[in-house]
Amino acid sequence: MYRYILNRLLLSIPTLIGAAALVFILMRLIPGDICMVRLGGSGGSISASALAVCHAQVGADRSMPLQFLDFIGGFATGNFGISMWSGKPVVLEIATRLPVSLEIAILATVVAVLIAIPLGTISALKQNSWLDHIVRTVAIAGIATPSFWLGILSILVVLDVSRWLFGSPWMPSIDYVPLWVDPLQNLSIVILPALTIGYRYSAVTMRMTRSAMLEVLREDYIRTARAKGLLEQLVVNRHALKNAMLPVVTLIGIEFAFLIGGLVVTEQVFNLNGIGRLFVQAVQNQDYTLTQALVMLTVAVFVVTNLVVDVLYAWLDPRIRFG
Amino acid sequence: MKIRNGWRATLVIALLATTPALAQTPKKGGTFTYMIPADAPPSLDGHKENTFATLQATAPFYSTLIAVNPDNPSSTTDFVCDLCTEMPKPTDDGKTYTFKIRKDVKFHDGTPLSAADVALSWQYIVHPPKGVSSARESYMVMVDTVENPDPETVVFKLKFATSAFLPALADPYAYIYKKETLEKDPSWFEKNVMGSGPFKFSAYEIGQSIKGTRNPDYYHAGQPYLDGFVAIFAAKQSVRVDAIRADRAVTEFRGMPPSARDELVKELGDKVTVQTSDWNCVNLLTPNQKKKPFDDVKVRRALALAIDQWKGAPALSKIATVHTVGGLVFPGSPLAATKDELIKMSAFSTDMDKARAEAKKLLKEAGAENLKFELMNRNVDQPYKFIATWAIDEWSKIGVKATQKVLPTGPFYEALRSGSFEVAVEFNCQNLVNPLLDVAKVLPRSVYPENYGGYEDPKLIELYNTMLTETDATKQREKMRAFETYALDTQVDTIMTPWWERIIVARSYMKGWKISPSHYINLNLANIWLDK
Repeated sequence: MYRYILNRLLLSIPTLIGAAALVFILMRLIPGDICMVRLGGSGGSISASALAVCHAQVGADRSMPLQFLDFIGGFATGNFGISMWSGKPVVLEIATRLPVSLEIAILATVVAVLIAIPLGTISALKQNSWLDHIVRTVAIAGIATPSFWLGILSILVVLDVSRWLFGSPWMPSIDYVPLWVDPLQNLSIVILPALTIGYRYSAVTMRMTRSAMLEVLREDYIRTARAKGLLEQLVVNRHALKNAMLPVVTLIGIEFAFLIGGLVVTEQVFNLNGIGRLFVQAVQNQDYTLTQALVMLTVAVFVVTNLVVDVLYAWLDPRIRFG
Repeated sequence: MKIRNGWRATLVIALLATTPALAQTPKKGGTFTYMIPADAPPSLDGHKENTFATLQATAPFYSTLIAVNPDNPSSTTDFVCDLCTEMPKPTDDGKTYTFKIRKDVKFHDGTPLSAADVALSWQYIVHPPKGVSSARESYMVMVDTVENPDPETVVFKLKFATSAFLPALADPYAYIYKKETLEKDPSWFEKNVMGSGPFKFSAYEIGQSIKGTRNPDYYHAGQPYLDGFVAIFAAKQSVRVDAIRADRAVTEFRGMPPSARDELVKELGDKVTVQTSDWNCVNLLTPNQKKKPFDDVKVRRALALAIDQWKGAPALSKIATVHTVGGLVFPGSPLAATKDELIKMSAFSTDMDKARAEAKKLLKEAGAENLKFELMNRNVDQPYKFIATWAIDEWSKIGVKATQKVLPTGPFYEALRSGSFEVAVEFNCQNLVNPLLDVAKVLPRSVYPENYGGYEDPKLIELYNTMLTETDATKQREKMRAFETYALDTQVDTIMTPWWERIIVARSYMKGWKISPSHYINLNLANIWLDK
């Protein structure tokens, strides 16, 4: 298995280089100049000398091949460089935002798994019953509802309900507090975004769980297990659910990777200082170094997540062995 | 300036706030939470940055030499000392200004502030050393030297006498830095904060918030009133509206659209206060004169004639952050054109049937009867997209078909600079009202690098220069009219749209702060107190 993991990690190198080349070229195809955005974005006059100093500072006066070599060389040595916008190390910029996105992603995944797997299983076991219809309706509504819209709606609901209950609208603090500083306040800030993201996430996972379960429940070995007189609970939990989890785990992995960096609008709706918001800012500001690093981070998260999912396959299905 | 309380739009002139008999005694204490409607600024250095995000985040930490009077910020001519002891009278035919510096000022590290710190900070702003940038350099063209002959005196010597100097000196970004630090590392202030202002820096979470605590050694007696402040970066409007609604933040200092104001006032009634003011920002519709048929003044005039400024402004003000019809000069300035002066120019006609008939005739004469073009706009809702939609509709009334092309900020500027546009929705938004410098926006690019109209015009430059060096107020006003008429009526280098309206909604327990025509000034929070 270790050899398999090593092979997969080696295979990820060309993937990362391909992604690096792609983002490097695409970013530079966008017309514009970070210094004009920085110095002129709010109006006012820009002196030629200020513009020249800015160009020299951000390295925009260097040739493209040199910039690319710097980027690849830096990436290989773990040096992502300095943000062209803030002048701070890219690692620091990302490290400041990553805990927020990671916390939301983990919480949303927990919410999704807690909702999706039991409901998806029940839905499959009670196929075409009223319970199944309700679960499917909830799932389809979840898929059809954008998280950011649900986020806005949930904020309004909290404001209106709190006003109705307490006489004036209430929302948790707008100033994010890390989990280790004040867990209760932190939870009050992240719970709403986690629920709204978790709902959509659970809807997709619920559908997958249901269809995978339905397929597995029709397998010969399930019929055999039942014929042997095994308890229905054991049939479902030990034989059906575990095998039905293969596509579900893949989906959970992909969705989780997407949440790190993909919550662009949701983070804005809840004013969360996460990776998604940073991504948008970096692209808008034409901050090449930061955008490149963020893309590479996202690619790396996908690569690692896929690897973890593959390893989980073996644990879930003993028939799968790594060659 | 207007202050409005409650949903029924009871407009109360700011008299209430300024009448001594009704003035309340400020209460001390409390933490003031406000929002900065932007993402994280590129740096914390006021000398280098142009974005209001830097200013709104760092102004409470710094002192300036002079400032717009915080008790009368709506005035465009009332300046008071911050670090100086009294406003000087110019000598040497208006070319020398000598400032005496207060002796009781300390930086936040406890070291005393002297004239040397003031002089060096200003030298870096006016004539930055090689490799150091100053975003304000081009505003200080009139300054020759800045010297400090003794530890209490700073002397500004000008190249020519001009009334543009004092407003330029009151630039809110002109922070006074510690000489020793500035000399050692001019980029230190990009990532660090150390000033002598009403609040001491306590924390900065990149992209999230910046925090300050009261400076007990602040030199203006009794101030600041607050124990501290928290400024939250919140770029999305709905976040800011909801934060004020739920009392998670007291206010924001940029400006809200009418719809947000109405929503908050409807919900919160007298728990919020609304202050409104004309705003020193305006959108300009700029034809690219390097592209046909916009090189023909007849076409440019036709486009100007088609727009009904007087009906457009009140209609737009209901949905967009615009309000007042004006010329090149901010409407609240003594140098601004009156309505009678404006309507003498074809672009501000009150007889629209006649104006549009004339516009059609001009287009026919120019051979551009079925004119179609792209109106390039920036991807900003308020008020850019509203202005563009309105202009396109107005132009359709003379048979001109314009389509709006919206670009993000980077590509937008690239198109402006490369001249690859036909007509653009530009903007002129300055730190504080300084008409003599503000109107420079219409000067050709050879003089003013941020002009994108694609024209050279020696006569316009000459008109500007004679106005800039005129110190007699009456004559200066006449020269401003000549300059304005030439740019807007004779050459139609740009087409004005209504000046913006600044709407500030705040929790009504916020006291002491008065609105100004700029979202860059009166932001050091020294005069704010919480009536809780």
